[in-house]
Amino acid sequence: MLKKTFNKIYDTDIGYSFFNSKIAVISTTILFIILLCSVFAGVVSPYNPFDPASVSLMDAFTPPSWSEGGSSSFILGTDQQGRDMFSTIIYGSRISLIVGFASILFAMTLGVFLGVTAGYIGGKYEIVVMRITDVQLTIPSILMALLVNGIAKSFISQSMHSDMAIYVLIFAIGISEWPQFARVSRASTLVEKNKEYVSASRIIGLSNILIMFKHILPNILRPLLVIATIGLALAIITESTLSFLGVGVPPTTPSLGTLIRFGNSFLFSGEWWITFFPAIFLIVLALSINLLGDWMRDALNPKLKIR
Amino acid sequence: MSFLEVKNLNISYPTRKETIVASKDVEFTLERGEILGIVGESGSGKSTIANAIINLIDPPGEITSGSIKIDNYELRDNEELIQKIRGKKIGFVFQDPQTSLNPLFKIKDQLIETIQTHLNLNYQDALKKSIQLLEEVGIDNAEKRIEDYPHQFSGGMRQRVVIALAISCEPDLIIADEPTTALDVSIQHQILELLKDLTKKRNLGVIIITHDMGVIAETTDKVIVMRHGLIVEQGDTKELLTNPKSNEARSLVISVPPTNKKIDRFRLISPDGKEITSDSKNLTKKIIKTWGVREKNKDKKVLQLAGVTKIFDDKSLISNFSFGSKNESTNKVEKAVDNVSFELFEGETLGLVGESGSGKSTIAKIITGLVRPSNGEIFYNDISLYNSKRKYQIDKSRGQIQMIFQDPYSSLNPRFKVRDIISEPIKLFQKNINKNELTQNLYDLIDIVGMSRQSLDRYPHEFSGGQRQRISIARALATRPSLLICDEPTSALDVSIQAQVLNLLKDIQDELHLTMLFISHDLPVIRQMCNRIVVLKNGSICETKESEELFNNPSHPYTKELIRLMPKIESII
Amino acid sequence: MIVVAFVSFSLFNFVGDPVNSMTGIDASYERQAEVREILGLNDPVYIQFSRFLGNVIQGDFGISYQLKREVSDLIAERMPATLELVFVSAILAIVSGVILGVYTGIHRDSFISNIILVVSLVGVSLPTFIIGILLIYLFSVILGILPSFGRGEVVELGFWATGFLTASGLKALILPSITLSLFQMTYIIRLVRAEMMEILQTDYIKFARARGIKENTINYKHALKNGLIPVITITGINIGTLIAFSIITETVFQWPGMGLLFINAVYFVDIPIMSAYMIMVAFIFVMINFIVDITYYFIDPRIRLKEEAS
Repeated sequence: MLKKTFNKIYDTDIGYSFFNSKIAVISTTILFIILLCSVFAGVVSPYNPFDPASVSLMDAFTPPSWSEGGSSSFILGTDQQGRDMFSTIIYGSRISLIVGFASILFAMTLGVFLGVTAGYIGGKYEIVVMRITDVQLTIPSILMALLVNGIAKSFISQSMHSDMAIYVLIFAIGISEWPQFARVSRASTLVEKNKEYVSASRIIGLSNILIMFKHILPNILRPLLVIATIGLALAIITESTLSFLGVGVPPTTPSLGTLIRFGNSFLFSGEWWITFFPAIFLIVLALSINLLGDWMRDALNPKLKIR
Repeated sequence: MSFLEVKNLNISYPTRKETIVASKDVEFTLERGEILGIVGESGSGKSTIANAIINLIDPPGEITSGSIKIDNYELRDNEELIQKIRGKKIGFVFQDPQTSLNPLFKIKDQLIETIQTHLNLNYQDALKKSIQLLEEVGIDNAEKRIEDYPHQFSGGMRQRVVIALAISCEPDLIIADEPTTALDVSIQHQILELLKDLTKKRNLGVIIITHDMGVIAETTDKVIVMRHGLIVEQGDTKELLTNPKSNEARSLVISVPPTNKKIDRFRLISPDGKEITSDSKNLTKKIIKTWGVREKNKDKKVLQLAGVTKIFDDKSLISNFSFGSKNESTNKVEKAVDNVSFELFEGETLGLVGESGSGKSTIAKIITGLVRPSNGEIFYNDISLYNSKRKYQIDKSRGQIQMIFQDPYSSLNPRFKVRDIISEPIKLFQKNINKNELTQNLYDLIDIVGMSRQSLDRYPHEFSGGQRQRISIARALATRPSLLICDEPTSALDVSIQAQVLNLLKDIQDELHLTMLFISHDLPVIRQMCNRIVVLKNGSICETKESEELFNNPSHPYTKELIRLMPKIESII
Repeated sequence: MIVVAFVSFSLFNFVGDPVNSMTGIDASYERQAEVREILGLNDPVYIQFSRFLGNVIQGDFGISYQLKREVSDLIAERMPATLELVFVSAILAIVSGVILGVYTGIHRDSFISNIILVVSLVGVSLPTFIIGILLIYLFSVILGILPSFGRGEVVELGFWATGFLTASGLKALILPSITLSLFQMTYIIRLVRAEMMEILQTDYIKFARARGIKENTINYKHALKNGLIPVITITGINIGTLIAFSIITETVFQWPGMGLLFINAVYFVDIPIMSAYMIMVAFIFVMINFIVDITYYFIDPRIRLKEEAS
C-alpha cells in the first residue's frame, strides 16, 4: 500500500522533481529531524536546562567535549549558568519553531481571507484592503513587528508581560507578514476570477462564498505554499532578531535568538561556543527552510519551462 | 535545385518519461515566388518544422537527423551560417502581434537595430529605409508613427509592423506561423493580400502555417497536410482540395463548414476513411424520460432584449495626470453594446455574429447576469431578468439559462473531478437527491455527450479540447435548461473536432427541444448552425435576417463586406 | 502620513503617563498638576493633536523623557550617521545585486551561477545580527584589521558630520555596510534572476533572435531594459528596509545613528523619541514611494502614453 502511494507521488511532476533534487531531499530531511527533536525535546535532549535542579554553576563555562577542559557529559559545552548547550539549543529551537509556525499560520489565515475576498468582491472594499496592504508593505517587517510588539506591551501591565510575551510576539510577527499573503492571494484570485469555470459557477447560481473558497482557493494554493515556506524562514529570523534585541520571548523560555544574545557578551572573552552553536543551528534551520522554499518555487512555477 | 529543400527531417523532444516524435521523415521543396501552406490540426508538428528551419526549436526539442538546404547551403548543424541567415535571408513572422514586439522600445529603434545588424547602413539611411518599409506594409503617416511604441498600434497594424521587421533586410524566404489567427476577418484579408503582394513583387518564397482551410485555399500555391508529425499528403493546392486522397486530408476538407449552402449536419470522416453518419438519437431517449417531454411552441417568445446598452467607463487614474503628455486626454466612453434589441423564439437557433469588439460576448454576459446592463430590458419568458435596481434576478430563471464557453482550458475547474463538476449543479437544484439517482443522472449526461463513463473519475487536464467542451455541455445540461447560450464554443478547436461538437449540439437541440443563442465570428459556422442571424458591429445591430436570406441577399454594407472577405474553401474548388 | 502622525500622537498621550516619567513618581500632586498645565495636557484631544502637528511641522518633537534633551537635536545629531550607512549599503546592495542577478539569469546553469545562488541563499537565511557578529569576530577579533564599533573620526560640514572624509571613518563603514547590504543584495539577486529568466522566454525575445540580433545584444539590451522595471519598484522598498535593518546593525556595531537611538527609546519607553522616529521614517517612506511612482511613469511608455489608436 505504502509503495503504491509512493509510486503515485513519484509519478507526478512535482514528486519526480522532488526526489531528483538532492537539495530538496536533504533540506527536508534536516527539517524533519529538527522538527522531531523539538517535538520530543524531553526525550531527545540529555538534560532539561530549565529545571533548576539539574543545573549547577560549577559546570559553567565548560568548553565543548572535543576541546581542552571539555567533558563528555556536555557535548557542546555549557553556558554561563551551567546549562548544557545541546539541550538549550533543542529547547530553544522548539520555541523558535512554535513562534514561527504560529505566526505564519496567523498571517496566512488573515492574509488569504482578506486577499481572496478583496480580489473577488472588488469595489471599494478591494481598494481599501489593498491600500492598507500597500502601506504596510512599505514598512519592513522587522519594524512592524517591533512597533506592534512595543505598542501591545504598553497596553499590558508589567506583571503580565512575561506570560503574554509569546502571544504578543506571534501576533506581532503575524501582523507584519500578512500583507504578502494578501497581495499574492488577491493577484491569483483576479486571474482565476476571469476564468470561465468561475463564470459557469456563477451562472449555475452558486453562492459567492462557495465560489471563493471551494472553487478558487484550491487553485491558488501553489504560490501561497511557496510564500508560506519562505515566510516561515523569515518569521523565524524575525523572531530571533527580536529576541536578540531583547524584545522577543522572555528569557525564561529562550529561543535561539535569546541564546545568541546570552552568548554575545562572552564572545570576545573566549567562550565562543555559547554563541556559536545556537547561531549555527539557527542558520541551518533557516537555510533548510529556504532551500525547500526555493525548490518549491521553481517546481511549482508553470511559467518556467522544464529542461 | 530548389530554393528550399528539406529532406528526411526528424525532430524529437526527449522528456523524462519518453521521447516524443514531433516530426518524422519530413520532405518538401519550395521555389521562389511560391507560397507553400502547411496545414494540420494542433499537435501535428507544423510549427516545429518552421522553427527547425531557423533552428529556434524550444528546448528540449532537437533535430535528430535530416537536411535543410537553402540555395544549396546546408543549414543543419551550421550554427554560424544560421546566425548570419536569420533575418537576412529568412524572415519569420510569429502568430501573436501582441507579444512579438518589445514594449519598451520604439518601433523606430526596433527597425533600425534589425537593419543595422545585417545591412551596412548608417543611421540616417537606416531610418529612411525603415520609413519606406512601413509605407510598403501599408501604415499611413509612417514618418510620424515610427516614433510610436508597440502598444499604440492596434492588432492588425502591429502585425504589419512585424511583417515590416521580417522583410527589412531583404530576405528571400518568409516563414509565417499562423500570422492571421489572432486577427479579425477583415484584417486577416488585408494581411494575406499584403503577403501575396510581397511575394510577387520581391520574388520571395513564403511558407504559411495555418489550420484554416479557407486561408489555404485563397492564398497558397502548394500545400502540405501534416498529422502527428508526418506529412500525409502534399501537392498543388487546387488539386489537393478538390481531390484529397489521404484520410486526413479528406477529413480536413470535408469537415470545413461550407460557405455557400446550408447542410443538415457537418460531415465527418472516421479514421478508417468512411463517412460517419450515425447520430446520438438513441441516447437522448433516456434523458427525455427524466426531463419530461417538452412541447414545441414555435411562437413562444423565450427571450427578448429591448434597447440594451452597456457602457464600460475607463476610470484610469493616469488620464487625470495628463500633465506632460502631448496627447489630449480623451475621456473614453466605450459603448460595448449600443441599443440592441432582438427576440428569440422557442426551438430556434439565433446567431450573433461580429468581429472582436462587436459586443456579442457582452450580450451573452448580460443575459446570464455576469455583467449588468447600463440601460434596457431583458425578458425571459416575459419576466424581466433585472429588477429596478439593476440586480440580476437569478431565481426568475433558475437553471433554465445555461452557457457554454469558448476556452476549453479554463472552463473546467482543474481541481475538480469530472464527476464533481457535473454533479455540483445537479445537487444545487435537487437538494435531496439520493446517491443512486445522482449517479444515474451523471451516467445519462455523460452518455449523451458521447464520452465514456470512466471519464467521470478523471480530471480535466487528462482530456483534449474537444472532450472538454463535451464535459462543459454535460455540465450545462445538468440543470435541464431550456435556453442554451453558446459563446464561440468551437473557435479554439480543430476543424474536425469542431464538426463533431457542432453536430452534437445540433442533435441535443433537436431531441431536447432547446432554444439556442449561438455566438461566433465564424460566418460559415453561423450559417450552418442558425435559423436567424443578428449581425453586430461595434455594439450595434447592422441587420437581422433569416440565415439563407442574409447570405444570399445581404442588405447592410458591413454584412456584405464580411461575406466578401471570409476565406472560402470553395473559391478554389 | 496623517495616520502615522495620529498613531504617534496617541502613543505620546495615552501610553504611559508622561508626567510621571518626567517628574519622577514621588513628585507631589501639585508639581504634577503644574507640569500638566505647562504641557497642555488638560486641553481637549483635538487641540492637543493640532498643537502636536504644528510642532512637528516646525521640527519640534518635544523633549526626550530619558535623556532630557530636545528630540529634534538628538535626531539631527544621529541622522547623518544612519543616512551615510544606509546610502553606502544601498549602493552596494543594488549594484552588486543587479550585476550578479543579471549574470545568473543569463547563464542559468553555469557553475559560477550555482555558487552565487547558493551563497545568496545562505545570505537570505542569515539574520542580520548574526552576519554582523560573524564579521566582527572574523575581522576584528581574529584578524584585527577593522574596527568593531563606532564610527571612526568624523569631519563636521556645517551640521552634517560625515565619516567619508577620514580613513578611520571609511574603515569603520566597511563592516556595518556589508552586514546591512547582504540581506538586500541576496534578495535583489534572486529577484533580478527570476525576472531575467522569465523575460528570456518571451515571444519578443524569440522574435529578436529570429531577426538575427546577436545574443549579447539581446541579453544586455533587450532583456535587461525590461528586467529592470521591477528592480526600480523594489529599490524604493529596499531603502525602507535598509533603514529598518539599520536598527539591528547599529546595535551590533554600536553605530551612533537613529536606529540605536530608537532601540534605546523602546527599552526605556521614551515616547517622544519613539514617536519622532516613527514620523521621520514614515515621511522618508512616503517620499521614496512617491519618487518611485514618478520614475515608473517616466520609464514605462505604456503608462505614460495610454492612448491607443485603434
